[in-house]
Amino acid sequence: MIDFHLDTRSGVSPYLQLVQQVQRALRLGLLSVGDQLPTVKEVVGKLAINPNTVLKAYRELEHLGLVAPRPGLGTFVTRTLTDDSLVAHEPLRQELLAWLARAQQAGLDADSIEALFMTTFRKATEVTQ
Amino acid sequence: MNPVLRTEGLTKRYGSRQALTDVTLTIPAGRVVGLVGPNGAGKSTLLNLAAGMIAPTSGTIQVLGARPAATAAQLARVGFVAQDTPVYAGLSVGDHLRMGARLNPAWDGALAQRRVGEVGLDPAQKAGRLSGGQRAQLALTIAAAKRPELLIFDEPVASLDPLSRRAFLQSLMEFVAELEVSVVLSSHLLGDLERVCDHLVVLTASRVQLAGEVEELLAAHYRLVAARGALDALPPAVRVIHAEHTARQSTLIVHDTAGAVPALVPDAERLDLEDMVLAYLTRAANASVTGNAEQPLEAHR
Repeated sequence: MIDFHLDTRSGVSPYLQLVQQVQRALRLGLLSVGDQLPTVKEVVGKLAINPNTVLKAYRELEHLGLVAPRPGLGTFVTRTLTDDSLVAHEPLRQELLAWLARAQQAGLDADSIEALFMTTFRKATEVTQ
Repeated sequence: MNPVLRTEGLTKRYGSRQALTDVTLTIPAGRVVGLVGPNGAGKSTLLNLAAGMIAPTSGTIQVLGARPAATAAQLARVGFVAQDTPVYAGLSVGDHLRMGARLNPAWDGALAQRRVGEVGLDPAQKAGRLSGGQRAQLALTIAAAKRPELLIFDEPVASLDPLSRRAFLQSLMEFVAELEVSVVLSSHLLGDLERVCDHLVVLTASRVQLAGEVEELLAAHYRLVAARGALDALPPAVRVIHAEHTARQSTLIVHDTAGAVPALVPDAERLDLEDMVLAYLTRAANASVTGNAEQPLEAHR
């Protein structure tokens, strides 16, 4: 079973962190179809967060078609992300490397590159939420 | 569903001291409400009014649609844990549960037993010999086993070490998930509140400064950084909560009630709960120095 954690300084809202952790586990094959997610009570008992945060994350995952609730039983994984995305990893990595090289040529240091990436990344993911 | 708390012009005076001034609030059911403010702001007064321990000087307060502590039935609907989670030092943990069962019509004995076991309390132990964390867990267990619709805590974790504090909040959130109970708690620990609360009330100098759903409040507050003077003409719907200026730069914390900021300042930064609350507390602290409560102060450097 997946074990959630929370980074309160990341600037990413708690519910989104839970969504991303499930997505990551699905991509890495740590979760597969039929696996159960922890119950809301288990998550809040571990992380000391508001139950509505967990419910919101699970609803979002359901909306994304990754999990489905079974009444009285819990929430279960209905789709993995491994097959379609693992194939895409390598070309994306190459593009990212090329981009990093261009950023360095343009004179950006490591901190500036990270800051540029993170702000762009956050903005882009905010828009899609 | 009735709001858990509704007040109109709620005011409490102790002699000439104004403990609570003209508080008008509506808090919907099913929330975990964080009540924050400096010491002496009126947090305990508001919680004690909600619990029916004291009566208002003027204005009205309704808890779950009725006057606080008006009847025995109303008392049973609210669990109140006062500051420092008081228990009876001479009674054992088991005595506390037996007393809870005697005094509360809807007492959930199975829940209380299970919970005491889960948090590792010895039923034979005298409550006076419990650690602060264990005492808080006992008080929480008793309040929850009453099966109230609303739980009220006055600074439940203030005197606890970080580990006990986390354990208490874990237990509290489990109760919220399991019993679907509404919660109002006061605390100075903004990091904790950021985790557990979905509704916030900021109280300073006996008045409410800010109240609402955490998500909506966070979406309406921004930090604006710009060349000095560039932000002098903000529309009236954008209220400046806090402003700092250097010779060249201005940093403003603003509350945008009309969604005007994104169009004005495309890269405006969002705040976390801690920074948002601190802006209000800073404004209040500055105002109390100058005696001017309305205008945000400018800190010149």
